[in-house]
Amino acid sequence: MDVLFDIPILGFIFQFLAYLVDAIFTTNLPAQTLQLATPIVLGALCGVLNERSGIVNIGIEGMMLTAAFVGFMAAVVVSDAMPAAEAGIFGFTPALVVGVLAAIGAGMLVSLLHAWLSISVRADQIISGTVINIIALGLTGYLNRLIQPSGSAGTLDPIRPPAALLDLPVLGPVIQMFFTSGPITTSVIIFVIVLQILLFRSRWGLRTRAVGEHPRAADTVGINVIRVRYRNVILGGVFAGLAGAWLTLEFNASFQNGMTANRGFIALAAVIFGRWTPVGAFGGALLFMVWEALGIAIRSDPPPGDLGVFLSGIQATYPSLYNNFFGALPYLLTLIVLAGVVGRSIPPASVGRPYVKEGAT
Amino acid sequence: MTESPSPPVTAPALEMRAITKRYPGVVANDAIDIDVRPGEIHALLGENGAGKSTLMNILYGLATPDSGEILLDGAEVRIGGPSDAIARGISMVHQHFMLVPVMSVADNILLGAETMANPIFLDRKEAHRRIVELGTRFGFQIDPDVPVGSLSVGWQQRVEILKALYRQARILVLDEPTAVLTPQETKEIFVVLRRLADEGHSIIFISHKLHEVLEIADRITVIRRGKVVGTRAPAETNEDDLAALMVGRNVQLVVDRGESHPAGATLVVSDLKVADDRGQESVNGVSFEVRAGEILGVAGVAGNGQEELVEALTGLRKPTGGTVSMGGRDVTGAGPRALQQQGMSFVPGDRHRFGLVLGFSLADNLVLTQYDEPPYVKGLLRDEKAIAAWAKRAIAEYDIRTPSANVNASTLSGGNQQKAIVAREFSRELTVLILDQPTRGLDVGSIEFIHRQVVAKRDEGAAILLVSAELDEVLELADRVAVMYRGEIVAVVDGPTAEREDVGLLMAAGRRAIPPVASDAVAEPGPTATGLS
Repeated sequence: MDVLFDIPILGFIFQFLAYLVDAIFTTNLPAQTLQLATPIVLGALCGVLNERSGIVNIGIEGMMLTAAFVGFMAAVVVSDAMPAAEAGIFGFTPALVVGVLAAIGAGMLVSLLHAWLSISVRADQIISGTVINIIALGLTGYLNRLIQPSGSAGTLDPIRPPAALLDLPVLGPVIQMFFTSGPITTSVIIFVIVLQILLFRSRWGLRTRAVGEHPRAADTVGINVIRVRYRNVILGGVFAGLAGAWLTLEFNASFQNGMTANRGFIALAAVIFGRWTPVGAFGGALLFMVWEALGIAIRSDPPPGDLGVFLSGIQATYPSLYNNFFGALPYLLTLIVLAGVVGRSIPPASVGRPYVKEGAT
Repeated sequence: MTESPSPPVTAPALEMRAITKRYPGVVANDAIDIDVRPGEIHALLGENGAGKSTLMNILYGLATPDSGEILLDGAEVRIGGPSDAIARGISMVHQHFMLVPVMSVADNILLGAETMANPIFLDRKEAHRRIVELGTRFGFQIDPDVPVGSLSVGWQQRVEILKALYRQARILVLDEPTAVLTPQETKEIFVVLRRLADEGHSIIFISHKLHEVLEIADRITVIRRGKVVGTRAPAETNEDDLAALMVGRNVQLVVDRGESHPAGATLVVSDLKVADDRGQESVNGVSFEVRAGEILGVAGVAGNGQEELVEALTGLRKPTGGTVSMGGRDVTGAGPRALQQQGMSFVPGDRHRFGLVLGFSLADNLVLTQYDEPPYVKGLLRDEKAIAAWAKRAIAEYDIRTPSANVNASTLSGGNQQKAIVAREFSRELTVLILDQPTRGLDVGSIEFIHRQVVAKRDEGAAILLVSAELDEVLELADRVAVMYRGEIVAVVDGPTAEREDVGLLMAAGRRAIPPVASDAVAEPGPTATGLS
């Protein structure tokens, strides 16, 4: 091995691969990736639900941000009202439970606005999404400054699975990976699988896909296109809301302006990367976020050998480039995906087109 | 309908009584009476805009009548919407298929009438079984798992029919079912329809193709301007009678083309080779010439290279070999623009894709090939006045029925869209005119009109190439008929004296003499043959 590492330039790559393998098996890189990917996956599920039923949603970002803010505020208010409340509901404080529910509610409410604008008003859906993003950013920032919340409701603690489960050979570490972070992260994998199955095997899924592809065909067999679209967009809001809750109630314990940091757009890229399937989007989100996780790992535990020397050299010379490089990678990948490098993926045929019932002939 | 002509009177499966529907400014249905018996194929004949679609939309719950009643098996019903209609056993096969191309045959059939394994999940296995069973019963095998988009139009239509049967429809409405089919596919679908009727289904067959209606229907009801103008049995009527009923005046179904006086060869094609999208040579070495003042018809079963030939001649596709010359000048491989400037006009086969910009106004569409030439430009700007003046003239001269020149082309009916294209292309200075399926999907009135214009252009001295899947159209218009078979011209016959059977045989087999096995007809694969085209 060491011989390979000593090859000039190419040695870096071998050293990096060795470090990567080491990180995957000995550190919490997989768990960290899953955790960072959680809001992306949730946002992507929102996107899949929207686009599969024929609605473009670029407002995921704003939905997440609104939910993060509302969820956080609700949690703070409840925790102020009953500061001594013991962890009661499934081991979570009432404040956090209320916060998560409020975040989901906020996500649904903003989705309802998007649904109304896109489906009933038949506004341009890109504009509707943009409006939501702008309003969310401005309004949460303004209210945050206005209220200046003090204190916090804490964060959702990881669920502890039975120790026997974690001690299982092979499976144990995999299970561990899902339970390292909080309950929202843990639940993501369930959402992905359930939605994947429902989308392709259930009546709801069949109708949803038909409405996104050829709404008139669905209409002529008696399916209420408008209702299906409303329902799915609002259901998408649940996931955007959960992504918001993850931001302020699981990953962080506070709200900062614009803290979604364009995760909603990365989620959209994951949707396209995953060809509008939940499992595909999940894969896309992991692929994007593994780089950020890797960046964190490298900074906290730099690789040894020449590679380490080289990296710390860069760190010393270009500190800001070094510190931001890995964090920027998901965005760079997003750009590449959206530019179509991954190959042409074909969206649902009627996406972005409002449905007008056939009137007089 | 008290004076129903055919004697064995059974109780009607469906009766629509005095249906009236008004839209602002127009009475779409004016006290229409119609009844359909079990096991009957009842044709509804009428020009575009006569009110057939409105009547069927009312039956299917898409529109509410202002007055009148609908009776199913003698009991009055109110139909609130498509799902209501379906629940009562009424199904509709729309002219533009209501199928999701990316989904499988089974999923398309299931949609809206899902067979469930439990409250959440579909029972695809059971659905699969029932679809195959239904198909077999009506004489065709279909694989429920293939995506609908990969099927030919004829098979997509069968999927639509299966969709209706899966919902246990007793009354089947088919809206212009043959508009998109080849004559071969039409024959096949007629077999299926007859079988359905024999099993007791009632079929309402909407059409404006007279010979088809005479061939398939048990009774024919003709609608004109929202009113029933007559009901006939096929035995007691003929095409001329029906056309007169439909249009309200005597129609010349066959335009009197007169004698042609061809001059020198204007369009000369020699050894032209053209490849299709997959790179296969679909026109292999075709040579012909079209003289000024004559119509050369190209007959052939669709898919024998006509499409590629037209595209190569009009500059939409680069030929892989051979030469084309126009008026003595070599124009091989020239683009559409250059060809137009040299006097070529083109009426494309797909008016939505190539003929019109549907989102543009009628006036803009009328100058689509001349917008940058005087008198329609002044300096760098459009001359709106000149355009408006021309649009007004075109609307009058070519009988384009439209509320104004400023409506989007998409709002016009097919016949009027086609007239707009004809107006634009025919009004330019031209020496060569290429017509690809110039009357596809049009009603008899429009067909008659366009045919007259074509003959007039010929008499003015244009060299006209007419490509049509309708053999009748080619025989009626062409002075000479070239038959295309597998990318080659297998024969050129004199138009006025051409025998329908002779040309039909050439189209189907590529030669006249057929080995003694088949006598009158061509060896056609039956409807059970294969699923995919």
